Amino acid sequence: MWKYFLRRIALSLLILLGVSALIYLLSMLMPADYIDNQTAAALQSGAMTMEDVQRLKELYGLADKSFTGIIKSYMAWLTSTMKGDLGYSFLYGKPVTAVLSDYIWISFAIAFISYLLQIIIGIPMGIKASVNQYSAYDYTVSVFAMMGTALPSFFLSALFMNVFAIRLGILPLQGLTTATKIFAKDAHLQIFFDKAWHLVMPISVLTLLSVGGTMRFTRTNMLEVLGSDYIRTARAKGLSEPVVVYKHAFRNTMIPLVTSLSGMLPGLFGGAMITETVFAIPGIGYMALRATQQGDIPFIMGYNMFLSILTVAGMLISDIMYMVVDPRVKLS
Amino acid sequence: MGLLDMLKRRKVEGTEDLDNTMYLTLREERRISRENRKIMKQYEREKNRKNVPEEEYLTQMRDPSNVVEFDNLHTYFFTDLGTVKSVNGVTFDIPQGKIVGVVGESGCGKSVTSLSLMQLVQAPQGQIVEGSIRYQDINGKCYEITKMPRDKMLEIRGKEISMIFQEPMTSLNPVFKIGEQMDEVVLLHTKGATSESAKARSIEMLNLVGIADVEKVYNSYPHELSGGMRQRVMIAMALSCDPRLIIADEPTTALDVTIQAQILELLRDVKDKINGSIMLITHDLGVIAEMADYVVVMYAGRIIEQGTVREIFHNPKHPYTIGLMKSKPSGDTKDNRLYSIRGQVPNPINMPDYCYFCNRCDYAMNVCWKEYPDIVEFSESHSAACHLYYGEGLEEQKKRRVEVENNGN
Ligand SMILES: Nc1ncnc2c1ncn2[C@@H]1O[C@H](COP(=O)(O)OP(=O)(O)OP(=O)(O)O)[C@@H](O)[C@H]1O
Ligand code: SF4
Ligand SMILES: [Mg+2]
Repeated sequence: MWKYFLRRIALSLLILLGVSALIYLLSMLMPADYIDNQTAAALQSGAMTMEDVQRLKELYGLADKSFTGIIKSYMAWLTSTMKGDLGYSFLYGKPVTAVLSDYIWISFAIAFISYLLQIIIGIPMGIKASVNQYSAYDYTVSVFAMMGTALPSFFLSALFMNVFAIRLGILPLQGLTTATKIFAKDAHLQIFFDKAWHLVMPISVLTLLSVGGTMRFTRTNMLEVLGSDYIRTARAKGLSEPVVVYKHAFRNTMIPLVTSLSGMLPGLFGGAMITETVFAIPGIGYMALRATQQGDIPFIMGYNMFLSILTVAGMLISDIMYMVVDPRVKLS
Repeated sequence: MGLLDMLKRRKVEGTEDLDNTMYLTLREERRISRENRKIMKQYEREKNRKNVPEEEYLTQMRDPSNVVEFDNLHTYFFTDLGTVKSVNGVTFDIPQGKIVGVVGESGCGKSVTSLSLMQLVQAPQGQIVEGSIRYQDINGKCYEITKMPRDKMLEIRGKEISMIFQEPMTSLNPVFKIGEQMDEVVLLHTKGATSESAKARSIEMLNLVGIADVEKVYNSYPHELSGGMRQRVMIAMALSCDPRLIIADEPTTALDVTIQAQILELLRDVKDKINGSIMLITHDLGVIAEMADYVVVMYAGRIIEQGTVREIFHNPKHPYTIGLMKSKPSGDTKDNRLYSIRGQVPNPINMPDYCYFCNRCDYAMNVCWKEYPDIVEFSESHSAACHLYYGEGLEEQKKRRVEVENNGN
């Protein structure tokens, strides 16, 4: 088993290497780089000359866009990354690792809460829909779930903002704190509630977007299990319907559920780029979007490596959990 | 029907090879599905009632020596394509302490008959729409299964009537240990059972079915056992509450030949030990000959002949049974499965109102295409549904025989 995981990890490292090279190449080939973006206005007004821009590019290591130049700078990035140094973010003027560790927590908080809600709401609804297949409940839930899955997040966010913030005015529109309020330094509780209040809408949007998937996934797997021979056996034993459904059937449905849901855990640190941006929540997704727009290569690289590692970790956790919940599985 | 409807007709899948291919328009399909929902809801409501007074489902047996009596049972499936009459008027008895074999081609309704007895027909599509199933418990109390509310039925299932299924590989829950699955039944049905007493009982049962390393099997997951082992476990589980009746639905089909013989012997042994009855469903006439006391031959949802093993094997009356017996390889060849007889079973959604076997029968006469044959009794236990043996059909047979004799002269 350990061998299996070692092999998986070795393979993951290889994949990470490939991913990093690809992303590096693509970000270097973006038509306007960080310096172009920053100096465009100054160049236009004549405050800077092309030579100044060129010098800046050299300073930032963006001057040589030939293939060998890119390879050279990629190797430089790779060696320093191996040493644990992800470099300085152009845009934020801080080490990339510092930006990451500053901003992932708020993203994680949002994502984790909506993840919990997604489980608490989605799974029981999925079970109920599968037990009452083709009932009005089943159809309602299915349609609802499909809508949640199909709606783009920016649309749903905008809809929520329009309804709850602008029309009804019961929830704050954007941001993480109320700008007009001044809190005493030690009013931790008040500050906390103010933040939580601002997170209600983003969390609801994220939950609504993901709960449908969980619900449908539960329903599909539940239906498959409920049709299986051992459920007929359980019924033939004289077990009551709740025991059949919640013990015999659900314990089997849990295998795919736990496997996929546990695999999502690391990804919760990755941030919800679009939703955070629409709601102007300073989370890691929001920061990453801005950095990407500006061509902040060290941050783009650092963030994407971070995401890749989260994905790999998710797959490993998934494998481990699969082994834990399914007695038939022995990884080799 | 309008021309537009004709154009919209859609072929019903799976009916291509049948003589009476069906076509449905979308509108017809929707109408069927709407009506079905109404019907199903009504039946389900009936079954879900709570606190039903006992008088409503108590009844009298026709013959007190029977454990179960099926009486004109009709079990239908309300599908979107129409009503599938899977069991369409089945009447037979399971006497105390006897083995009743049920044979017939695939899809003739054997499993649905047995599931009806357990109230395990796939709801809400599958419903018992007519007829009765009477069950007599050990104290001589008789229950009308078709009227029994669901919660009362739970006390019979697994305790007084238990089931063994065809696929031992998939009939045990893969995520629970054998011990846990076995203890569960004992704990459920035995008053005052503790986890220790349940385990003792399970171990006893595993010993009874001839498992050697009992402790190890008790602590195994199903996937760690072979198919034969699992079927033994299924039998052990079925026996653990001393059932009055065991329904064995093709218990050996999925096993290889040597294991088959062992399992059958085991079944016969345990039946004698608990003095129970067995309803043995199978394709295999060899198994029937070896095991059963009575045989029921089913065809397209109906019983076409029934009798004692001797009567059916030595004196088959219905052309279908005669065909079965002919096609049965004699001697010790182990593959005694039902040989196919040429032709097709009628479409289960549009059953004809004449003999279902007409299109395949060598003896078919005019009258056979006119009405469904009555049941003719040849002895107290032996009967068949065929025109050959009464009325117009019998006359015609006599005439033919005379002709044959005359031609011979
Ligand atoms: N859940 C269901 N929905 C619709 N039709 C069904 C359902 N279950 C069974 N049927 C129909 O009922 C008929 C009888 O099925 P049944 O399983 O009793 O056959 P069987 O005699 O046991 O066959 P086999 O030997 O293959 O087990 C079949 O025509 C089948 O199509
Ligand atoms: S009733 Fe007629 S068609 Fe049917 S089995 Fe008898 S002889 Fe054959
Ligand atoms: Mg069957």
